[in-house]
Amino acid sequence: MARKATPLFLARRSYRRHRLMDAARLLPILGVVLIFLPGLWHPADAGRAETASALIYFFGTWAVLIGLAGALARGLAPALDAEDEAEGSVPATRGEA
Amino acid sequence: MPFNTLVAVSLVYVLFLFLVAFIAERRARRGRLRFLYSPWVYTLSLSIYCTAWTFYGAVGSAARSGLEFLTIYLGPTLVFIGWWWVLRKLVRIGRTQRVTSIADLISSRYGKSNLLGVIVTLMAVAASTPYIALQLQSVTLSFGVFAADTPQFWELPNQSAAALWIAGGLALFTILFGTRNLDANERHHGVVTAVALEAIVKLVALVAVGIWVVWGLADGVGDMLARIDASTLATWQLEPGRFAGFTFVSAAAVLTLPRMFQVLVVENTDERHLVTASWAFPAYLLLMSLFVVPIAVVGLERAAPGANPDLFVLTLPLSEGWGRLALLAFLGGFSSATSMVIVAAIALSTMVSNHIVTPLWLALSRGPAERGDVRGLVLTSRRLSIAAVLAMGYGYYRLSGGSEALASIGFIAFIGAAQVLPALIGGIFWRGATHTGAAAGLIIGFAIWLYALFLPSVGETGLMSAHMMDEGPFGLGWLRPQALFGIEGLDPLIHALVWSLMLNTLAFLILSMLSFPGPVERLQGVAFVNVFEGRSGARGWSRGQAEAEDLLSMAQRILGAQEAQLFFQAQAAGQGIRGFLPDPTPDFLAALERKLAGSVGAATAHAMISQLIGGAAVSVQDLIAVANEAQEIKEYSAQLEAQSDELARTARALRAANEKLTSLSVQKDAFLGQISHELRTPMTSIRAFSEILMEPDLPEPVRAQYAEIIHEEARRLTRLLDDLIDLAVLENRKVDLNISVANLHDLINRAAHAASSTRPERAFRFERDFPTEHMAVFTDTDRLVQVFINLIANARKYCDAEAAVLRIEVKRRKNRVQIDFIDNGAGIPKAQQGLIFEKFARLTDTSKAGGAGLGLAICREIMANLGGTIDYLPGQGGAAFRIVLPLRRRGDEPGRAG
Amino acid sequence: MTHKQVLLVEDEPNIAEAIRFILTRAGWGVAVEPSGSQAIARICEERPAAVILDLMLPGRSGLEILAELRADAALSATPVLMLTARGQGRDREAATAAGATAFLAKPFANADLLAALEAMAGAEPATGPATGPHR
Repeated sequence: MARKATPLFLARRSYRRHRLMDAARLLPILGVVLIFLPGLWHPADAGRAETASALIYFFGTWAVLIGLAGALARGLAPALDAEDEAEGSVPATRGEA
Repeated sequence: MPFNTLVAVSLVYVLFLFLVAFIAERRARRGRLRFLYSPWVYTLSLSIYCTAWTFYGAVGSAARSGLEFLTIYLGPTLVFIGWWWVLRKLVRIGRTQRVTSIADLISSRYGKSNLLGVIVTLMAVAASTPYIALQLQSVTLSFGVFAADTPQFWELPNQSAAALWIAGGLALFTILFGTRNLDANERHHGVVTAVALEAIVKLVALVAVGIWVVWGLADGVGDMLARIDASTLATWQLEPGRFAGFTFVSAAAVLTLPRMFQVLVVENTDERHLVTASWAFPAYLLLMSLFVVPIAVVGLERAAPGANPDLFVLTLPLSEGWGRLALLAFLGGFSSATSMVIVAAIALSTMVSNHIVTPLWLALSRGPAERGDVRGLVLTSRRLSIAAVLAMGYGYYRLSGGSEALASIGFIAFIGAAQVLPALIGGIFWRGATHTGAAAGLIIGFAIWLYALFLPSVGETGLMSAHMMDEGPFGLGWLRPQALFGIEGLDPLIHALVWSLMLNTLAFLILSMLSFPGPVERLQGVAFVNVFEGRSGARGWSRGQAEAEDLLSMAQRILGAQEAQLFFQAQAAGQGIRGFLPDPTPDFLAALERKLAGSVGAATAHAMISQLIGGAAVSVQDLIAVANEAQEIKEYSAQLEAQSDELARTARALRAANEKLTSLSVQKDAFLGQISHELRTPMTSIRAFSEILMEPDLPEPVRAQYAEIIHEEARRLTRLLDDLIDLAVLENRKVDLNISVANLHDLINRAAHAASSTRPERAFRFERDFPTEHMAVFTDTDRLVQVFINLIANARKYCDAEAAVLRIEVKRRKNRVQIDFIDNGAGIPKAQQGLIFEKFARLTDTSKAGGAGLGLAICREIMANLGGTIDYLPGQGGAAFRIVLPLRRRGDEPGRAG
Repeated sequence: MTHKQVLLVEDEPNIAEAIRFILTRAGWGVAVEPSGSQAIARICEERPAAVILDLMLPGRSGLEILAELRADAALSATPVLMLTARGQGRDREAATAAGATAFLAKPFANADLLAALEAMAGAEPATGPATGPHR
């Protein structure tokens, strides 16, 4: 039978999967915050050589984001195979208009 | 490094790319594609984002403005790690709606409006032309670096000659592999593979130079960091406005640049590849930018003052005597430039052809859905568009004289492409977005971009005088291109970005809210926004008067005969109908439209179908379905719909069965009468003449003549009885097949010869393609020849053309062979197409046909016994029959295999 | 014996030849028309004393021709002998209903054909449909 309205409790596995999807949605937001953070502290004192450390910060952040995205991708790949579950949990795109 | 070697190496490299593309294309054709379907090829093909501008220019940018170059990589990184939001949806929509380009996506979403398609196409062409020019310039510049040693060989005028050669070569490659497939919407495997290869080359090149710089010229990572802080870059200040603005516009561009859309959505073979690309593409970008700052810093340390930092990647190894490394770097830059130009040209040509050329042609030629080879037109216009796009790029390069103005073109193109963003994002997330809003936003954004950024960038030689830049047009100070509304002191790029996108978005939102979407638009809106919720697309068609046969003949000209026939056959099978003509149900029409949209774009496909359907495209029911957006009933209605689909299918099958039964019962009833008639007619002659012969006083010639008649009629009677018995045996599948191997070509020859006694006085010509006929078939050859004879004799008898021509086409399909017999006569009316295979179904009741009307019935039974089929093939102009025969019978059981 | 004219509407050339031979020898003038669509025109033109009409004809069925003949005031009196090779009872009923003067199933004995024609042409049509001799 087709799924009726979203069930109240999901099995453990698909509960995990749904939290992974939440994480996938949050990741770019985390990315934006991390990338624009330097813009906030920078003006403190000008003229000091800190390009190298900024470089390390940016590439470090970048690598972390890629690592997180890779981990999420590994977890989410099965969700794309079982498309039904993925569909059931897209609340963001409904009911505008 | 002798210059000639460089030229030779580039040529070899280009030949190698041709070869790779060719092999990939061939493998794809043979269905051996496994590696092409790998997510890695997909990820690598995305790297066309990194053009020569980023390959060379990033170092230059780092030398001039520090870490700001990172923005163009960080923007796409954010988009990709956030793939769950936008990319996933975009790719899904692209696949379900068979989108061919970004212009097609916008046009399709907003009610299949071609106006929007045209706007987006024009914007894309305007923004991409300078970008392509930039690529040409970068390649010529890099050639120039090597040629510096040999000035006598490399005079300045030759530079533009080199650019011309490069543009020509790229056009050739793109036309060869970008429009190679006759199915214009199919993916370009050759191009994608070559691009993926180039992605590896440019990554390896840049990383190699980077490693050499860090561990060769500098003393490892620690030393490198110290050098950075000792360089002019050390005092770099992050300007939050520019940093955020450029990151944003890069993020937008990775979605909206025509070439990115092409590889990201159109060439996507599997949604799951996105999962890998979500982290692997950012990783690629990271590697591409990792060594940019070290190269810039060391370059600044060692280069002569005034050297162009854009070319450090080349000049650094060259000046240190590392010729081979420089050559590798050159190939990397060359790869970046060529792959960008190739994909951009494909994307732009698709847009120009689908949204400008084809609709124009449709509008100009009257009743176009009826005539003309649309496929040929689409391909030709694509090829011409590719040539035109490259010619424009070259022209721009010549016009701008390879000036410094090109350096900022990268961001100018990005900002131009980003104008599509509001309509795109609004279109896939907001059902309230309308055509009017999208058009207004696009036009306003485009206009501001042109006025405030693009035209001033062409420089004083261009359209804007210095006076106008300083004082505004007509002395209107608040309209100064780089200080709109009196806001001064902004960076020109940020200034244009903010104003264009802000007013664009505002116009889009406000007009969307004020206007009311049309029916098709609303349906498409639902289909796009709710793409993950079951139904793959909106139904746009109420049952029209379109004849399936007309639709088939139109589809054949766009998709090609074979593909169209397969599609129609599959659709008919889905409806429970045998043959090639499904009922023109709304579902079928929607499916057909999507299929056509893959070739000519949504707007054109829609226009072509509406021409055949005539009248309103959307029914009241469809609108009610849209209006009832209540979530609660969605699941329920989906179930109901599934059921009613099922019911409709059953009802249709029943209706067809009933119609057939009714006509069969009429036929069965007539059958006895027919048999009786066919038997009694010769009997009448025999009896009458034998009674006459019994009389004694008959003259001898008359007696002989009458005896001859008796003989002839007796033979006719025997033939009829033979046929009847043959048919009875075949129908009961009790026939003994005499299986042997034979050359199909010989069998057709045999049949053609045997049938030549039918109406021998008529002019009759065969059209055959002998080479395709040579193949071994493993079957009962006599029976097969019997079928061929029947079809050929039928054509000889009934084809009413002045000069009768029978075309025999043989095609091999996996383990089956398909043989079409197509004559140039009037064909068989649709009403009778279903009956011709029934017994005694002679369409004319003249006895001149000489048979009893059992021929095709016997053919059908023979084919069933041979494990194949015979069908009437509608929409071919004349009467056409298709035989499908397995090359090898499965097992030995002679039962029904079909 | 006067040379009475009979029009034979029959598409099978061999059968037409047989009938032509039989009737000519019995003193009839025989004209043959193979097509159903031309039959009425020929009857109008030639005003035969009798018509022998095949039931299954190319172009037009014998029944239709008969119906049109009977509807035409000038021609309705012409006696008509229907021939059919289908030999079903329904054909006989249909032919009678359409106004056939006589009816004969194929294959027929030559003598029966002659007898039927003679009986029909002898019993003048004004008296109404006569029952033709049945084989």
